[in-house]
Amino acid sequence: MNKSVCFYFQVHQPDRLRQFRFFDIGNDFHYLDDFSNRTIVRRVAERCYLPANKMLHDLILRHNGAFKVAFSISGAAIEQFERYVPEVIDSFKALAATGCVEFLSETYSHSLASLASTAEFKKQVKQHADLMKRLFGVKPTVFRNTELLYSDMIGAAVADLGYDVMLTEGAKHILGWKSPNFVYANAINPRLKLLLRNFTLSDDIAFRFSDKGWNSWPLTADKFADWAVSALQKDDVLNLFMDYETFGEHQRSASGIFDFMNALPAAVLSRDLAFCTPSEAARMYQPVAPLHVPYPISWADEERDTSAWLGNDLQEEAFNKLYSLEADVYKTKDDNLVSIFRKLQESDHFYYMCTKFFSDGSVHSYFNPYDTPYEAFINYMNVLADFELRIKEKLKAKKTK
Amino acid sequence: MRVLMFGWEFPPHIAGGLGTACYGMTKGLAHCGVDVLFVMPSASGDEDQSAVRIINASDVAIYDAFPNIDEFLGKVQFLRVGSNLHPYIDPDDFTDLVESEQRSQQEEFKFYFRQKYQFSGKYGKNLMEEVSRYAMVGGAIAAEEQFDVIHAHDWLTYYAGIAAKRVSGKPLVIHVHATSFDRGSADNIDTRVYEIERRGMQEADKVITVSDLTRNIVITKYGIDPAKVVTVHNAVDFSGREKLSVERGVHDKVITFLGRITFQKGPEYFIEAAAKVLKVCPNTRFVMAGSGDMMNRCIRYVAKLGIADRFYFTGFLRGDDVQKMFALSDVYVMPSVSEPFGISPLEAMKSDVPTIISKQSGVAEVLKYAIKVDFWDVNALADAMYGLLNYPALPHLATERGREEVDNLKWDAAAVKVRDVYQSAIDGQ
Repeated sequence: MNKSVCFYFQVHQPDRLRQFRFFDIGNDFHYLDDFSNRTIVRRVAERCYLPANKMLHDLILRHNGAFKVAFSISGAAIEQFERYVPEVIDSFKALAATGCVEFLSETYSHSLASLASTAEFKKQVKQHADLMKRLFGVKPTVFRNTELLYSDMIGAAVADLGYDVMLTEGAKHILGWKSPNFVYANAINPRLKLLLRNFTLSDDIAFRFSDKGWNSWPLTADKFADWAVSALQKDDVLNLFMDYETFGEHQRSASGIFDFMNALPAAVLSRDLAFCTPSEAARMYQPVAPLHVPYPISWADEERDTSAWLGNDLQEEAFNKLYSLEADVYKTKDDNLVSIFRKLQESDHFYYMCTKFFSDGSVHSYFNPYDTPYEAFINYMNVLADFELRIKEKLKAKKTK
Repeated sequence: MRVLMFGWEFPPHIAGGLGTACYGMTKGLAHCGVDVLFVMPSASGDEDQSAVRIINASDVAIYDAFPNIDEFLGKVQFLRVGSNLHPYIDPDDFTDLVESEQRSQQEEFKFYFRQKYQFSGKYGKNLMEEVSRYAMVGGAIAAEEQFDVIHAHDWLTYYAGIAAKRVSGKPLVIHVHATSFDRGSADNIDTRVYEIERRGMQEADKVITVSDLTRNIVITKYGIDPAKVVTVHNAVDFSGREKLSVERGVHDKVITFLGRITFQKGPEYFIEAAAKVLKVCPNTRFVMAGSGDMMNRCIRYVAKLGIADRFYFTGFLRGDDVQKMFALSDVYVMPSVSEPFGISPLEAMKSDVPTIISKQSGVAEVLKYAIKVDFWDVNALADAMYGLLNYPALPHLATERGREEVDNLKWDAAAVKVRDVYQSAIDGQ
């Protein structure tokens, strides 16, 4: 038995901004839309996090530790859980106690800092690792970047932070004829092992599960386990990476997604495949080749690049403006301002300004609280203008002291 | 395919957007193989006839025996009913019968058309009378010409379309560019016009609307069967237009409203938003270009808000001045309360001016790179203006993509849809 299936689920909830008009600039310091953040996180907890955690917990007990999964939970999501649905934290802690669940490291604020500022990136990774240690008692050893963003340089920076495994997308334009179902290595620092997402089989569950127009609908656990077997005929490890909200939120409970997942471990194990966590996969399998990724890749959209967040002028402008404030933010030595700075870095804010959804992507509109990218941009820039004022005030106050 | 089209104006003699739309549409139709026979009152002979043959309604002899339109339509109806008097005969015989019957009817009809009626061709006081006369001419032309389908633009021509349909038995397509509800508030509409509109829509085999917004009005306010109402969005034709270079006298940013200053265009929302923006960005100038029945009220309002030193009224702009105004503008705003389509945002975008339009305009359905706000949401409007003034990436993206977007709104594409509507009207008979 030397072939495995590796599940990793992403848990993230953005801090949605409230409608912030330009007359609010300089007059109002509250940026978050508490009502919708609370409503949404409670709804998703009820539909997804709580029932799915319970299901996984039962599965782990039922299979006596043969079933394993990994989670990456953003700091932004944890903060919202702590504030609005603390029972979700408890249920994750219960999963951690089984010893069959690995928690991965990521940027605290689900940010794109790896594309802007290595210093900021490292600060956030450390902040998140500390949080994981505090909540679940284990320091993470595997890193996954926001939206599976990865390039040779990002990988090298992650290796510098002491991680030896990183997850990313099995992007077609990078792999070419190569299979994603092996362990690869970073091109600059070969000590960093890479696990690549098998996007076909991952998206079969995450996107296509309830699509009745799909020729493989309905998807059953046995059918999927057969696909896993044929995918792993010559390969080592099948990486199924997806949003955790797949269970109950993106794919509604009525679609049978919970029943599917409930039956899947038994189906997989009966076909002589094992489950492993990302760190186990990296330990068990040798890298087959270095992977050259000169330009950043991600798991988003058809392009699998950064264009969902940094694909147009609006996004570039907002992004550059935000990171131009970095030095001043830290000069204030004000924890509250730093915390807001991190919240404003969440990748979601830039996602809302994406103009690609004009042509495609029901996914984009599902995740988007704004009607148009223009609204998202104007609102974000208004908040940023106010934030800039706060920093200046603070710095001025410090000088006069 | 040959279409008998009834309009009211055609470039170069235009008072509104209808003529421009008809011109673009007939050109597009010509490109997709549809012959257009365009009927308009008082053709002066200098219209561009490259794509259409224009019939001057004033040159057509009509009879003056019927003092009002209902009597006339009743007469036409009677003629047609005559052909249906033999219901139980086999189809071939029936066709022959109908054809001979129609020929005789046409002869009979012509008999009455002795006197030529002089159309003024301008929207004026005796509009209702002219609408009736035009209908009679429509019937006369329909009796003489060969065509497959009738197309009538806006209420002025609906009676002509109905008359032509009754005389020829060909399907009628009505094109709704605007409704009474766009001209007056819902409780203050011209009931005579409404009646003509409703009648036209009812008698039509197909109704084309310029936006889904208008389509909804046609269905809900006129009670028309949704199955026969089709939206074909307008397009624009900027061919042959040269870019104007204009020397700017002021370096402040200029935000412009351009259109009739009437209730429907929402000028007051523009003024209120201007006052809000000026509090934060005092170096901005606002221009309200156009004239209309609310102009004096708007001037008073501007004075009352104390922003008159930054707010300008230009009066009605003609010809090149419109283009110049766009060239001087940094932001164009169309806060219309109700706008069946709205061509001017497209002109603004063509001139590289980022635009803010109300969600209550038909053009909002086809534009992605214009900022859309609810007309009543003055805060959102002010916020959009502020964003365009202060965050350079926004106008940059809006102008660049906006120009591409406008360039892609081609009459040829719209004409294909119109042709499909003709075909379904013909097939449906």
